[in-house]
Amino acid sequence: MIPELGQFALILALCMAIILAVFPIVGAARNNSYWMSLALPVARTQFLCLVIAFAALVYAFITNDFSVTYVANNSNTLLPVQYRISAVWGAHEGSLLLWALILGIWMFAVTLFSRGLPEEFVARVLGVMGLISIGFLLFLLLTSNPFERILMAPQEGADLNPLLQDPGLIVHPPMLYFGYVGFSVAFSFAIAAMLGGQTDTSWARWARPWTIISWVFLTLGIALGSWWAYYELGWGGWWFWDPVENASFMPWLAGTALIHSLAATEKRDIFKNWTILLAICAFSLSLLGTFLVRSGVLTSVHAFASDPTRGIFILIFLGVVVGGSLLLYAMRAPAMASIGKFSLISRDTFLLINSVLLVVVMLTILLGTLYPLIIEAMGLGKLSVGAPYFNAVFIPLMIPVTIALGFGMFTRWRKDQWSRIWAKTRTAAIASIVIGGLLTFMLVDSAILKTVAGLSIALWILITSIVSLTTRRKSLTFGFCGMSSAHIGLAITIIGITISSNHSQEVHKRMGPGDRVDVAGHTFELVKISELPGPNYQATEATINVYRNDEMITSLRSQKRNYFARGGMPMTEAGIDPGLTRDIYVSLGEPLGEGDWSLRFYYKPFIRWIWLGALFMALGGILAAMDKRFRLKKTKKSAIILDKDTVLSTT
Amino acid sequence: MNRYLLPLALFAVLVLFLAIGLGIDPKRVPSPLIDKPLPAFNLPKLKTPDYNIKSTDFYGEVVLLNVWASWCVSCRAEHPLFVELAKSNNGPSIYGINYKDKRTDAIEWLKYFGNPYQASAFDQHGLTGIDLGVYGVPETYIIDRSGIIRYKHIGPVTQDALNKKIMPLIKKLKASNI
Repeated sequence: MIPELGQFALILALCMAIILAVFPIVGAARNNSYWMSLALPVARTQFLCLVIAFAALVYAFITNDFSVTYVANNSNTLLPVQYRISAVWGAHEGSLLLWALILGIWMFAVTLFSRGLPEEFVARVLGVMGLISIGFLLFLLLTSNPFERILMAPQEGADLNPLLQDPGLIVHPPMLYFGYVGFSVAFSFAIAAMLGGQTDTSWARWARPWTIISWVFLTLGIALGSWWAYYELGWGGWWFWDPVENASFMPWLAGTALIHSLAATEKRDIFKNWTILLAICAFSLSLLGTFLVRSGVLTSVHAFASDPTRGIFILIFLGVVVGGSLLLYAMRAPAMASIGKFSLISRDTFLLINSVLLVVVMLTILLGTLYPLIIEAMGLGKLSVGAPYFNAVFIPLMIPVTIALGFGMFTRWRKDQWSRIWAKTRTAAIASIVIGGLLTFMLVDSAILKTVAGLSIALWILITSIVSLTTRRKSLTFGFCGMSSAHIGLAITIIGITISSNHSQEVHKRMGPGDRVDVAGHTFELVKISELPGPNYQATEATINVYRNDEMITSLRSQKRNYFARGGMPMTEAGIDPGLTRDIYVSLGEPLGEGDWSLRFYYKPFIRWIWLGALFMALGGILAAMDKRFRLKKTKKSAIILDKDTVLSTT
Repeated sequence: MNRYLLPLALFAVLVLFLAIGLGIDPKRVPSPLIDKPLPAFNLPKLKTPDYNIKSTDFYGEVVLLNVWASWCVSCRAEHPLFVELAKSNNGPSIYGINYKDKRTDAIEWLKYFGNPYQASAFDQHGLTGIDLGVYGVPETYIIDRSGIIRYKHIGPVTQDALNKKIMPLIKKLKASNI
């Protein structure tokens, strides 16, 4: 009965979405305030329906209702309860329902936090979001119904994919989806601005906090995914340039460009069309990501469910949403010319360089991700594009971004002199190169050019951020603190990436109990291999003692788990001794006979900084979104701010 | 307005490629062995290990060679199709390669699910599998009278694949002189 209730709620949500997509938008066009006033209550009702539908599915999982096909395929009576809940979004149908729910949550948030906005604008925003919602709800109901029943309910479910039975994976998908779907708000704001023929830049100010918060979620989601891959896949890697990772990274890059471009548009009335294009782009890439993951056009470790009919549906949906908005752009953009003017040496230019480069980076990743598909579609054979391509294009393109970043923070809006900027930054530039070189010799045993370059770039960002913070300590805004924190986060991540990828050490070894091996100044001793029962798996556990200078510093346990369901799919649980300056990582490989096992040992300096940096970036986003310039007042009219006091504030 | 249409045009190209991509099965990896001779092997038979089965034994016959194992769950899905095919008069000669299996398990399995194979080769360590480029069980090969591999099917054979691809090919190969 409960699953049917969920199904009914889902249909009701679809009806609400249709009402939302029609009346408020048409009402705004005809200036019918009665029709526009439908937007808020209908959006809230739709949210309620989605909560009911989602709760119904959660209930089916908790009570092990295997008469529901989706539950039977993705749960098991032995599955611990927290994983039964996360199993709700563990596969295709449920994760789409989560998508729809999160879209509902964002719409609900828009109804709460947009009281100060013009009525027709809110009506249009919610209407556009309603249109998106229709697409996803139809997709759910027509091709991927999570509430479908099986006639003969099995006694036992097939269990959740063991890869997903992990605390990190409980929160990773919702975080990522909050980010993905959050870009629909900025997208809807841009579409609403175009529909309304808005020539001023007030929409950009309204869109900024929404964009920043979505970006925070996406940042955390990507970082969590990377961290999970690191400790769960057992290879010590943290980024694989897998198509699905790219699918989340591309909207992140577009979103980062959008945040910067929105700031320029709002404050200086420049790059208006470019900003609108970026807003469309960020959300389109989120949809494209969904398409790539859900249609199975690209093979990947993430492609759980692939079904061509679903692919066709998403492709049509993608075509309608993105094609429609780009058509609208082509029609409306010529009328939305930017007023602001700026000279070549100005913060405006640096922001433009930044966002153009980020988009170029995004496009090269897009090309690399889709290249195998394009080649095969043209009948030229099958190939795969791997990490070497992405590293080769990504790193050189990011170097100018980071260099421009440091200069940009000291440059004035509109017009500046190179001599003034250089006077302020030259100390930082020299210091970062010198300290970068020195640190390389101090921190790591073998100095290589890549490390010096990476550390110097990180220090350049770090020093310029801190200096600009201290010179402004009297008039610090949340926005400025947020920007600095995010930039410092980037520096921290760069340090982590540079040192861990250039100076990690690893040893693969065949070992029996009592054997020892030396890695990076540490001695590892395999103490024993034992069998351990788990709730829904059987584990083989290796206990490894780690010594440094003959003193035991820690004892690590690494497991290999065989999950009962799913044909005994094996999973590794790496044993990790985390530290701020280094991780020690052990993973248990295959049994080699005669009591011997293959083991992999890794020494990974500074790897934790990669995710630490992401935390700083997220914190920066939260701070920036709290800036008081984003607080809406009923009477506030947007103005183009040019005065000198605010020119150096948030970017 | 032209330059404002550029993003739309780029997007249209992208959608076109994605649409074509949808029609392609990403799991399909073209086998380098298609239209090449069947790699030579000489393996003991499953039920009578004293006798061997060689790749050259197939000369003169149109053969469906199925790589299977008792531990392979999807083999159970395709197996009834082969049992049925073995009963028909115009079908191919069906042979099996029992892959990385235990002999007793495999024999029991055939007793239980039926034996469509004229004989199964026992590839205990999967070495012939490596020569054939097997990367997942089940896999099915169609071999013509002169010992050339004409078709490779990865994963369980479905009724659809049998009707649309495998049987027409077998008919064609049987009708031809080679």
